[in-house]
Amino acid sequence: MANSIPALPDEQLERNFADIAPPLTADAALLEASKCLFCHDAPCTIACPTHIDVPAFIKKIASGNLRGSARVILDANPFGHSCARACPVEVLCEGACVLNDRDEQPIKIALLQRHATDYVLERKLRLFEPGPHTGKRVAIVGAGPSGLACARDLRRYGHAVTVFEAKTQPGGLNTYGIAEYKLKADVALAEVQDILDLGVELQTGVTIASLEPLLATYDAVFVGIGLGSTKRLGIPGEDLQGVVDALTFIEHLKTHPYRETAVGKEVVVIGAGNTAIDAVTQAKRLGAATATIVYRRGERDMPCYHYEYELAKRDGCGFRFHAAPQRVLGNGAVAGLEVRTTSGTETIPCDMVIIAIGQQERSLAVPRNDPRVFVGGDCANGGAEIVNAAAEGVSAAKRIHERLTNG
Amino acid sequence: MADLRTTFAGIESPNPFWLASGPPTNTYGQVARAFDQGWGGAVWKTIGEPIINVFSRYGSVDLGQNRMMGFNNIELISDRPIAENLKEIAEVKRNYPKHAVIASLMVESKQKAWHEMVKQTEDTGADGIELNFGCPHGMSERGMGSAVGQVPDYTCQIVEWVKEVATIPVIVKLTPNVTDITYIARAAITGGADALSLINTINSIVGVDLTTFEPQPSVAGKSSHGGYCGPAVKPIALHLVSAVAGDPAVKIPISGIGGIATWRDAAEFVALGAGSLQVCTAVMHYGFRIVEDLIDGLSNWMDERGHRSLGDIRGRALPRVAKWEDLDLNYHLLAHIDQDKCIKCELCWTACEDGAHQAIRRLPRRNGGPVVEIIEEACVGCNLCAAVCPVQDCITMQRVPNDYAAVTWKEYAAGKGKLAPRSEHFHTAAWSTSAKS
Repeated sequence: MANSIPALPDEQLERNFADIAPPLTADAALLEASKCLFCHDAPCTIACPTHIDVPAFIKKIASGNLRGSARVILDANPFGHSCARACPVEVLCEGACVLNDRDEQPIKIALLQRHATDYVLERKLRLFEPGPHTGKRVAIVGAGPSGLACARDLRRYGHAVTVFEAKTQPGGLNTYGIAEYKLKADVALAEVQDILDLGVELQTGVTIASLEPLLATYDAVFVGIGLGSTKRLGIPGEDLQGVVDALTFIEHLKTHPYRETAVGKEVVVIGAGNTAIDAVTQAKRLGAATATIVYRRGERDMPCYHYEYELAKRDGCGFRFHAAPQRVLGNGAVAGLEVRTTSGTETIPCDMVIIAIGQQERSLAVPRNDPRVFVGGDCANGGAEIVNAAAEGVSAAKRIHERLTNG
Repeated sequence: MADLRTTFAGIESPNPFWLASGPPTNTYGQVARAFDQGWGGAVWKTIGEPIINVFSRYGSVDLGQNRMMGFNNIELISDRPIAENLKEIAEVKRNYPKHAVIASLMVESKQKAWHEMVKQTEDTGADGIELNFGCPHGMSERGMGSAVGQVPDYTCQIVEWVKEVATIPVIVKLTPNVTDITYIARAAITGGADALSLINTINSIVGVDLTTFEPQPSVAGKSSHGGYCGPAVKPIALHLVSAVAGDPAVKIPISGIGGIATWRDAAEFVALGAGSLQVCTAVMHYGFRIVEDLIDGLSNWMDERGHRSLGDIRGRALPRVAKWEDLDLNYHLLAHIDQDKCIKCELCWTACEDGAHQAIRRLPRRNGGPVVEIIEEACVGCNLCAAVCPVQDCITMQRVPNDYAAVTWKEYAAGKGKLAPRSEHFHTAAWSTSAKS
């Protein structure tokens, strides 16, 4: 990329992309676990889309039963480990913790969840076994969190599962799209491997263009193909050198040594969702002198979580509200972004523009009323969290199992 | 400022806080430092024929991250020569004339041995002698410690021997490892004891290593039962102090020992009749510096409550220690939940439903409204909900007035007095129809 600045020293890059929430020490985990009140009908469990029995797994940490604790987590949520790192817990379990109502900090549920799941992942402990062979076969399109969550539970029910994935690696956005300082690809892939080890057949590099051939061969099909590429702005200059979409930018960062991902000196990110935040913070952490969110509406309208906004501010990122992009300026390469503000037209100088205004839907035709077809994850919910995808995959597996055994 | 000066069996000290006999009172250096930091007295680590200790000696019972909620030891009496101990006791007394210095003694059960030991001790100028009849481990296997304190006749006999030669006050330290401690207390008094101190440690095994199956603390793969102490034993000690203090046959002062770690603990012991207070485990955990808040907290509380001296509070709770049969059956309570304080953890519900009387109803979680409410007809006022509630003063027990005069079981069983009506729903499952959500 023509506009890129020289890479930061490797040690600096390692520090910039280190875990934003480092793991708890054994002592800290015990102390934290002992603070949990062990609520009955706990609000944290209700708030979790996969309804992990949070007090139960925390109590097991307190008693020193880490294997049992991880089993409680992963039984409810096959992606309990990546959720521990990437879940928006401030608006889910930790936000619901009753200690908030006692004007205290909530229990650090995410870090405790990581503590327990780290224990089994690091030791490669096998917690689940495939169910007795049923002779039924299910095809899953897309190896993201929803598809693999569905696959995990289908294997536990005893059904044969084949997963088709267009990319070269499984994991979907867990592998390719979560901010590097939250979840690294090797961790995501280790978690996926645990699921594959239950006997899931995985075919990568396979794009499914139509469900018809699958429906002819399999007893059921689950579609968890996520969303497509980033939407285009539809303004002049969008094809200039130095304009990149957020997902491509983040995927490149996560699949190459840090120094190989190009970043500009003055970076503008268009959009104010959680992906825009991931893009602007990571541009800054790669070494951009300025990294600024440009958003057509106001601060209160931003779709990103409040704590993500706070994170970006802590990272030194800038924010321009009520600035609607009109065109990308430059002669071959990006030189600025022209925006319309409340007081007229203005040019924001920049040498890199990252577009983060949401993803397009995919074009795969999914028969709406075929009882053999199930959908879940971003392609069904319009784009949500890993935990929502996992919950939908688990729920679909249950319904598929009911259909295959009773239907 | 409250007057904390203490006179116990004629022994004076600037405050009631004494170091109990144990590892913190093993040397001149420790006791001198403790006095410098404010301790009022010290009972020296028990002296006798020097013993040989094992290496691993202590075991801890932790509660979550709270260390040493309970503590035990298999350490024996002093392993230092008698002469050396006595020399240092004399030195401490010379340098700290206003502090209480007590020698703790334990020798074989022979009249001559006791006479000899007491005479040597008196030469140090010590203010008093404490007889260690309580140590439950090791020494008891050799016929000393609790082996004496568990048999009234032995206790009486040895106190008599000591009193034959002692001119300074003799305190007898009692073991809790008996069926009825008042029998031993009376035996000590018959023998001539000037005061009692209690409790010594409780027989215990603190735990088992689940990898090696070694009981703790392990000594080369084996362990022995040891003496249990620390905050966990305080309720047992409070009961035994009250039992002895409330015994009409006991008219001599009592030094309270057992899990004292804060001024509140201390005040409770005094209220149940203790004349001085002895502390060991808390010092082993946090050091001598804890005496500062023991004194400061006790003084502030006494000032706030208008108690001028320890005499004003000593034994104040004793008349309220009653037999069950003398409790009022017409005193009715009802749990009350302050819904504004409730954080909706439902711990009260699950405790009452599974562990008590099914007297709390769950309500569907909606619109931030209440999620639990007391079923008044079923509540027996047991306190469990208030005990498990994590929010202070959220659940309180409130008096339900009635027009009936107080009636005790003793009266009621004798046909006197009338019981106030009670709900017909007590002890039925009629209310176990809580909302399911």
